[in-house]
Amino acid sequence: MSFLDLKNVTKIYPNGTKAVHETSLSVDEGEFMVFVGPSGCGKSTLLRMVAGLEDITEGDINLDGQLINEVDPSERDVAMVFQNYALYPHMNVYNNLAYGLKNRGIDKETIEQKVNDAAKLLQISDFLQRKPSMLSGGQRQRVAMGRAIVRNPKIFLFDEPLSNLDAKLRIQMRLEIKKLQQKVGVTSIFVTHDQVEAMTLADRLAVINNGIIEQLGTPIEIYNNPESLFVAGFIGSPQMNFLDANLNNKTLSAENFEIKNIDSDYNGEVTLGIRPEHLIESENGLINLKVELVEQLGSDNLVYGQIKNIKDFCYRSPGNQTIKRGDTLSLNIEENKYYIFDKSTGKRVN
Amino acid sequence: MTRLITSGFSHFILFIGILIMIVPVWMIFASSTHTGLTINTHGLQMFLGDSFYENYMRVLLYQGGFFKEITALKMFLNSFIMATGVAILSVITSLMAAYALVYYRTKYATLLFWIIFVTILVPLELRIFPTYSVMAELNLVNSYFGLIVPISASAIATLFFRQFYKTVPDELLESAKLDGANTWRFFVDFLVPLSKTMIVAMLIFMFVFGYNQYLWPLLVTSSEQYWTVVMGLKMMSGSIVHRFAFVMMSMVPPILIIIVLQKHFIKGVFQDK
Ligand SMILES: Nc1ncnc2c1ncn2[C@@H]1O[C@H](COP(=O)(O)OP(=O)(O)O)[C@@H](O)[C@H]1O
Ligand SMILES: [Mg+2]
Repeated sequence: MSFLDLKNVTKIYPNGTKAVHETSLSVDEGEFMVFVGPSGCGKSTLLRMVAGLEDITEGDINLDGQLINEVDPSERDVAMVFQNYALYPHMNVYNNLAYGLKNRGIDKETIEQKVNDAAKLLQISDFLQRKPSMLSGGQRQRVAMGRAIVRNPKIFLFDEPLSNLDAKLRIQMRLEIKKLQQKVGVTSIFVTHDQVEAMTLADRLAVINNGIIEQLGTPIEIYNNPESLFVAGFIGSPQMNFLDANLNNKTLSAENFEIKNIDSDYNGEVTLGIRPEHLIESENGLINLKVELVEQLGSDNLVYGQIKNIKDFCYRSPGNQTIKRGDTLSLNIEENKYYIFDKSTGKRVN
Repeated sequence: MTRLITSGFSHFILFIGILIMIVPVWMIFASSTHTGLTINTHGLQMFLGDSFYENYMRVLLYQGGFFKEITALKMFLNSFIMATGVAILSVITSLMAAYALVYYRTKYATLLFWIIFVTILVPLELRIFPTYSVMAELNLVNSYFGLIVPISASAIATLFFRQFYKTVPDELLESAKLDGANTWRFFVDFLVPLSKTMIVAMLIFMFVFGYNQYLWPLLVTSSEQYWTVVMGLKMMSGSIVHRFAFVMMSMVPPILIIIVLQKHFIKGVFQDK
């Protein structure tokens, strides 16, 4: 059995909303697991069931070899960082960190030692006497992290902890969280709707849609091998391009091009997915893209254009190229870098 | 310009209002420092006389009542005990009642809340006789317990605390739970300190409420030993200057409480910001 084990966990809210469908999942000790998915897909619900803040309608959750379904959150030895931090407004930073330790009956000197260590690690030693209202967003974030770290819990749970920060700080904190987790080595689950955050943080990530884990794997596995249309569209930035097509006898016919010798026995209507970064310019390419808009990012360009009737098709070109609106580019797909999905079920077929 | 005029005008109105309230109080105070003879011959006085010490000391120490065994000093003590008891007890019960109403989400929480709410609409006087007979049965007539406890359940304070608790974000409770706080610790370590400002406000409010009680203490005490200041106001006999002096002194405790607690009240407000 793994460190954290979810078996057929289901959540139905009292009003009848089925937020999490029979979900099974294992997290290894020390692993950084990320739940990613659009807003309302049930990520928080799943996390909160692990924390004990929501009752489990059905299924079992085991943590460190113990069935915790009925264990009170205060007894689970888990720590959670909330989106709005939920710092204790009437306590100074020191007491925010110390509170959980005090409740566990740890003696004063040990508490002081632990709080000071955690504060140093998070560079909040200078603010220990301040109230949370006197801290900036980034500092509050650190205090929230500190409150989790200081207790050395079995597992860290993060519920979108970075979404209240501005873009620059978010990237910085993302990095720090990852470094911190590697240093402390505590098993973590991190919930986010931001796929970049998910990709950069995760050892493994679970892509969730409508209360179901659509795919579970390392970021690179999921990026390279999305198993469904949803995952393909959700992971990767800019988004994968999708085209309607037909697959017959291993031949794919899209609007104005064909790909032969497809490795699939599926016949019927499909959706073809191509990532913007998997296109290369070449003479007599498969696709003719009429350029409508170029976003210059410096290192590369995002070229948006039209193929026949398909709008907003995206191609990522190297940054040194000069492409203008109105140009027509001839593009090829990198070898085998395309994804074919059953149009009705969204399942991958190649 | 028009703004200046309207502002000047409203200040003028307020000033008149203040005068109307202050002048009679001042006249009573000024008169209470004269001899009874002066008042009887020359009417109420606007300026201070020289009998302040004599009048006030006599009032404080005079043995009044039918059995001549109650002094004003004792009445002040009784009133203080009663008002403080009511204030503290009602704040504690309201805090806990509100906690139960908000955080124990039983089916009946809303129903219970409305039942409590409805009691606001029922004046104390309406239940005063049944309450009296309960106290009489329990042999609690003529005791501080009997003076304090039956009027110490405050629906208004409960309502205020409940509304405040409802604004406390759920994450705070969840976060505290994960930090190992049980129900009691969350109440003591979070809700009580967070409601500090409101607790002080309610203490003032309930102190004045308890201090001003007349009918209930009248009913539940037959021994003069338990007379309160407000009862004394009614029972006072003797010279008009002594009654004036007593009236003046009767205003002091509520004002004192407000002054003392107001500091914490304002401090609380600023700290929360
Ligand atoms: N307390 C609740 N009662 C009823 N439905 C809820 C409750 N909390 C969340 N939901 C519903 O459950 C679904 C999943 O919610 P949530 O787990 O918060 O999603 P996410 O965190 O992925 O945005 C949503 O459809 C949401 O409306
Ligand atoms: Mg959420």
